[in-house]
Amino acid sequence: MKILKEKLFQVITYAAALFTIASLLGIIAGIFGRGLPFFGKVSLPEFLFTNSWYPTHAEQSFGAWALIAGSLAVTLGALAIAIPLGLGSAIFIAEIASSRLREIAKPVIELLAGIPSVVYGLFGMAFLAPLVRQWFDLDSGLNLFTASVILGVMIVPIVSSLSEDALSAVPHNIREASLALGATRAETIFKAVVPAAKSGIIGSVLLGFGRAIGETMVVLMVSGGAARIPGSIFDSVRPLTSTIAAEMGETVMCDLHFQSLFALAILLFAITFVTNLLSEAAFGKRRHG
Amino acid sequence: MKKVILTTILLTLLALPALAKGNRLTCSGSTTVLPIAQATAEAFMNANPELDISIRGGGSGVGIAALMNGTVDIACSSRTMKAKEITQAKSKGLNPTPYAIALDGIAIVINSANPVKNLTLKQIRDIYTGKIKNWSEIGGNKAPIVVISRDVASGTFEVFNEKALAGAKVVSTAQLLASNNAIATTVGNTPGAIGYIGLGYLTSSIKSVSVEGISPNSASVKDGSYPLARKLFMYTNGKAAGAANRYIAFIQSAAGQKIVQEQGFITLN
Repeated sequence: MKILKEKLFQVITYAAALFTIASLLGIIAGIFGRGLPFFGKVSLPEFLFTNSWYPTHAEQSFGAWALIAGSLAVTLGALAIAIPLGLGSAIFIAEIASSRLREIAKPVIELLAGIPSVVYGLFGMAFLAPLVRQWFDLDSGLNLFTASVILGVMIVPIVSSLSEDALSAVPHNIREASLALGATRAETIFKAVVPAAKSGIIGSVLLGFGRAIGETMVVLMVSGGAARIPGSIFDSVRPLTSTIAAEMGETVMCDLHFQSLFALAILLFAITFVTNLLSEAAFGKRRHG
Repeated sequence: MKKVILTTILLTLLALPALAKGNRLTCSGSTTVLPIAQATAEAFMNANPELDISIRGGGSGVGIAALMNGTVDIACSSRTMKAKEITQAKSKGLNPTPYAIALDGIAIVINSANPVKNLTLKQIRDIYTGKIKNWSEIGGNKAPIVVISRDVASGTFEVFNEKALAGAKVVSTAQLLASNNAIATTVGNTPGAIGYIGLGYLTSSIKSVSVEGISPNSASVKDGSYPLARKLFMYTNGKAAGAANRYIAFIQSAAGQKIVQEQGFITLN
């Protein structure tokens, strides 16, 4: 009886794991099945490197370069905000804060991760964007800068909590050795502890990158949505995700425009897949090395 | 005991669709039509408690595709079916039938602090294609125009594209927002902005301009003098029958059209 129960338990967990993998494969097959036929009609270089996205115009054109540039610009902008904030709070929590303060600060920062992205979007659109417009005397507050700030705050918990794990995992004798050699606390943190946790920190940044480039709601609401290469941080941009979200609902199923949106999805999938592989490698290195 | 409860729940879940099928009506489609569909469905279900109408958004394209796949009974659409969709339906042996349920005007909106009162269709076209860049060129203050458009797949864009742009390409610096509400909010807090939204979404922080001297209101939309107007539709496979027929007839009736008006749209006649 006991053996039977044990076996049953194993089968159930095995089935759960199998189901997860099967749904991943199903999603991949679905996206590629609908997106790949697109490249039979529009060449890959034209799709990737030309800059004119008019999918419903009488003379359709599918140049996604401005959308790719939009995604990268918003994501890099978000990282420029999230890395200093996230890494700073991780160092504070892991190295400087007293244990009581740590108990409070860590969950509070992680609370940021629990706010739904549509709430961030609303906040950005109704509150931050008008302020940004006034502060910098702009024509419009819906732009790369505003989107980067909101998205940056959104991914702070990812960078901070994973970096903090990495910092906390650095063995105590490294700190003690450094202090014993006469290094100050700041020198110990930046020359001994942070380098030792390097791969974990890089991994956290890559995960933050993956999260930011895939985020849809915030950029749809706050980035403005002009399909062009941004010339300044106050230009509005249209990332890949918001293009898919905005155009999927009303398009004719299975026509070229529909397929082009799945082609964008393949592109996004490829970007996040590579990022996840890289961060997996970074974390893996830490575990083994 | 636990097992009994679990089995009961599972069985109920399994049996639910079978029980409900007879008096169940499902609609999906255009987000513009959504408020009309929801409000009329509520009123119609109050009068006919045995009926269960479920309404979902998703967009006109999604609704029409769902109708052709047989997953819904009614597709809501803010545009007529496109040639490609009709071909798809024909190839499946289906014959989707449109029922007009309301009229909608598309208002050109600007910030309420903007003194401009009237625009010609040519001026609107020049603004959206990037030829006119400053409000001073068309009698306004010296301030750059912030052009705001809808996502190119929306029904609202389609009508605007056909009637105001005449197929010209929207300038790539134009901002793109995904809903009527988003445009209303943004125009409301951006002094130099211009956008276009369904008449039902006008708020106090924005104002509509007249087009070719005709202001958008129910009279000018009904008699066809206001140039940026459209019909809203519900599609059924073949002629509407049974509950679907009764529901659509209700929307077209005086009581239904009163709800249409309450939702900020314009009645059929």
